[in-house]
This record gives sequence, structure tokens and C-alpha cells, in this order.
Amino acid sequence: MPKKTIIPIGPYHPLQEEPEFFKLHVEGEKVVGLDIEIGYNHRGIEKLSESKTFEQTVFLVERICGICSTSHPIACVQAVEDAGDIEVPERVLYIRSVIGELERIHSHLLWLGLAGHFLGFNTVWMWVWRYRESVLDMMEHITGNRNHYAMMKPGGVRRDILPEDIPGIKKTLDGLVKPLALFRDAVIDDPVIHARTKGVGILTKQQIIDYGALGPTARASGVKIDTRKDYPHAAYGLVDWKVITAENGDVFDKTVVRILEMFESIKIIEQCLDKLKTVPGPVDSNPKAIKPGDGIGHYEAPRGEVFHYIRSDGTNRPVRHKVRAPSFMNVPTDRVAVMGQSIADATIILAAVDPCYCCTERMIAIDADTRRTALRSPDLLRLSQEKTELLKRELGKEGPKLDFGVPS
Amino acid sequence: MIAAREEILPILREKLGNAIQEVFEKSPKRIYLEVKSENIPEVSRVMFRELEARFQIATGIDTPGAIEILYHWAFDLYECLVTIRTKLDREKPEIESIAPFCPAAEWIEREMWELLGITFKNHPDMRHLLLKDDWPEGNYPLRRNSKKDQA
Repeated sequence: MPKKTIIPIGPYHPLQEEPEFFKLHVEGEKVVGLDIEIGYNHRGIEKLSESKTFEQTVFLVERICGICSTSHPIACVQAVEDAGDIEVPERVLYIRSVIGELERIHSHLLWLGLAGHFLGFNTVWMWVWRYRESVLDMMEHITGNRNHYAMMKPGGVRRDILPEDIPGIKKTLDGLVKPLALFRDAVIDDPVIHARTKGVGILTKQQIIDYGALGPTARASGVKIDTRKDYPHAAYGLVDWKVITAENGDVFDKTVVRILEMFESIKIIEQCLDKLKTVPGPVDSNPKAIKPGDGIGHYEAPRGEVFHYIRSDGTNRPVRHKVRAPSFMNVPTDRVAVMGQSIADATIILAAVDPCYCCTERMIAIDADTRRTALRSPDLLRLSQEKTELLKRELGKEGPKLDFGVPS
Repeated sequence: MIAAREEILPILREKLGNAIQEVFEKSPKRIYLEVKSENIPEVSRVMFRELEARFQIATGIDTPGAIEILYHWAFDLYECLVTIRTKLDREKPEIESIAPFCPAAEWIEREMWELLGITFKNHPDMRHLLLKDDWPEGNYPLRRNSKKDQA
């Protein structure tokens, strides 16, 4: 019988936004099992929320995640609005979509950069993150913050997007299209990236349905679900865009779905900004009270559907506030995605559902029999990057070429 | 088999029949049903496997009268969310697990067990999810009378 080794990944790392602990069971090079432990960062937010007013709740849920820091507030205010039957002014809908889509672009760029790093393409990583900065700058300009925008409130938004800001935002967006197209072509046509990601970590349509997986993870396996299209809210029913899907469910398709989605996001933002020039205010309907009852709000975060359920008893605080983030449904799919794959591919497969990727950075392999440390995280990252180098030599190719000229 | 949002409620009535105790249609897009706890496995199977609803999540709530579980199901093609509510005895909250045929529910049932003290019978892998393994037994953080100093 081959010797079975357990590779623990995580749970803590200074860079992680939320710690997770993966235990990879391997036989030789092959992954034969995966154990996932979560809860290292359980902050009791659902319980805490019961002691906050509906307005404070929005700030609380904004702090669940630093990357989707506007997805939770949008879902939360929609749950409150659903419970209280609150009407929202039209201008608010466009502003919410602009913020939500800018967040999607920066989140997908963050993922793309890290995916490049895991595969050993550090040029991709650095360039992608350079262009992510311009999105964060735009956010700072509109909301006052690079992250944690504090834009949402029940019944409206806290800041308007000023007409004089719109040309500047559009200019920055236009500047993003060319580099995004470069990234797209670099990934889609590159034989080395094909060799590393095609057919790797496949999730079938049935597995997606069984595990209730969401977002780009589901759409890359041909499950066409997108809360923005299926349950039109904010401005998503008022502008023209399409849901991106792919069929194979491997790491390559997940990458392609995310890259193409950024183009759709730009399309949505452009149309919303045009509308904002003509649709008049106000940007807040100032609801006074939330009547008793149940409310459900959901929003398509960059990783998939965020779900918020609120029960109101007529006071200014929720009696129950349930939050379900997309990773809660996506991470369990890792169990089926890594099965039978090689250790060198595990890093990118676990990262492919876009969990907190930093987890994957801290890996230690311990021999199950001797408890001796066999591999540390840099070794596993090195394994992944070496595999790419090997493929480059075998294929006689260099990997993605990025030519931006001199940065402006 | 469902063709439009208006058909969802009639089809649910037909499929689930006597299992439905109460219907509350908050809006055409939000339907709430109440079902006895012993009917939950069959109702969930019909929702998940026959009507092909997506399991969004389940919410456990401790109320003065009973411990409630809300199973949230999404009909993505028809823009409709159906919530199935069941009430459990506060003294001995116990229900059959739906995880054996619905893997999506595996984690949330573990969470409801440790946070609310609901026993899920025949769950494939019942152990702590969020709380540490040596969490004191009988202290359920989301219960109304949870002991804060222990936590």
C-alpha cells in the first residue's frame, strides 16, 4: 500500500482575510482526499447584528469581507427593503450598480493576479495589480475610500455620483479596456496556460447543482445562474449586458469567465453613468420604520450570490439576521475538484473557486507516519511554478507576452 | 415542468398536498410555507430533486414559542424564492437531516447544530464547523438564553 501523507494548508497567515484550514490527503503525487476546517475567524456577526439598528447593521456586514465590501451591504439593505416594502428612488439603482460593478472588476483583477503568481507568471501578477490600482483610485474618488465604501443604506445610498465626476470615471474605464483585452488574449491563446489549467480541477454540472455552488464557479461549468439577471435588482434589469458562461468547469474556464465578466461590468457601468446624467435625484427615500415581517435580499458578489435574511418585529433592530456568503457554498466543492489531481495542481484548484487565496500560500507537508515536516508553503508554490517552467521548456514557449509600452 | 412564476404555488400545493400547513404569499416573488417537521425530508427531496430548486441556505431561529428552521429555496428561472418553515420543540429540537441527498445542506446543518443545538438525525458527518472542538456542551450561542461568559 502506498504511503499516505497529509498536507495541512493554513489556517493562519498575516495576509489572509479569513483563515481556513485544508488538509490534503495525498498518495505520492496524487490527492486522494480533502478535509476542510473553517471557523478560525468566527466573529459572531449574526448574533452581534441583533444588537444593532438596521442602519448600523449595514456597516457591520460591510466588514464581513474586505474584497466584497459592498456586496454584503447591497444584499442587506435589499433584505431590509423587502421586509419593510420600501421603495427606492431610480437614481439609487444606478449608483448601486456602478459601485457593485467597480468592486467586481477589482475583485476579479485581484484573483487574476494571484492566479498568475500561483502558476509562476509573476509579470501577469504585477501588471494586473497595477491596473487594479486605477479601479481602487476611482472608488476613492467616488466614495472617499479605496475599500469599505459605506455607500449603502436602507432606502438609498449615502453619496451621490456627481455629474462633473462622470467624464473622469469614464476616461479611467476606457483606459482599462485595452489592458484587459491584453490579459484576455494572453490567457486565452497561451499554450503554457492551457497546459496548466485545461482539464484541471473539473467540476461537473451535476456537482455544481448538488453542492449549490455559485457565481463564476457555477457559470464556468455551464450552470447559467446570476442573481443580477435572474432576479433583476439595482439597475441590472435596466441596462444591456449578458451572463458569461463556459462549459468545461476546469480552472481555465473559470479564469476565462472572470476575465470576460469584467468587460460586461464595464458595459454596465458605462450605461449606468449615461443614465445618471439624466435621471434626477433624490438618492434616499428616508424610511422611518421597518414593519414586522421577513425579508430576503440577495446580490451577485464577485464570487457568487450573497444571501441575507432579516426578521423584523417592528422595532429598529432585527430579531434575526442570517448571512450566507458565496464561499460557504463554493469551498465544499474543493472536495470533489482536487480528487485525483496532482499536488502541483492543488494550489491553483483550491484558488480557482476564489476563496481567500492567501490560505493557499501557507502550506506545510507533514509525513503522516513520522510527523516530520516534508514540504513548506514556499516549496508547494515552487512545485507549482516549476511545473510551469518545465512545460515552457517542453512546449518551447515563453508564456503570456504582455506589451504595454511605457506605463503612463 | 414549471412554466411560469404563477404556476409555482399551485404546483407546490399539488406536489406537497397535506404536508403544507400554512401559506403566506408576501409578494409574487416571495412565498413562505409552513410544514410539519416530520415532512421536511420528503418536502426537501421534492423541492431539490423533482422541482429542481436551488438550495440557498437554511436559517435557524430561536423564538419564544419554538425553534424554527427556514429552508430557503430559489427558483432561478422564475425569479421566485420559496421559504419553507418548520417549528421544533424548544425542549428537544430534533429533525431528520436533508444532507444525505442534498450535499449543499451539509455545512449549514452542522452550523445549526452547534449554534442552536438542533439535532440532525442521520447526518453523514456531524461535528463542529465554526466552533472549536472542545466547545462546552449545551451552550448554544444563538439560543436566547446562551451563557455569554462561557463563550
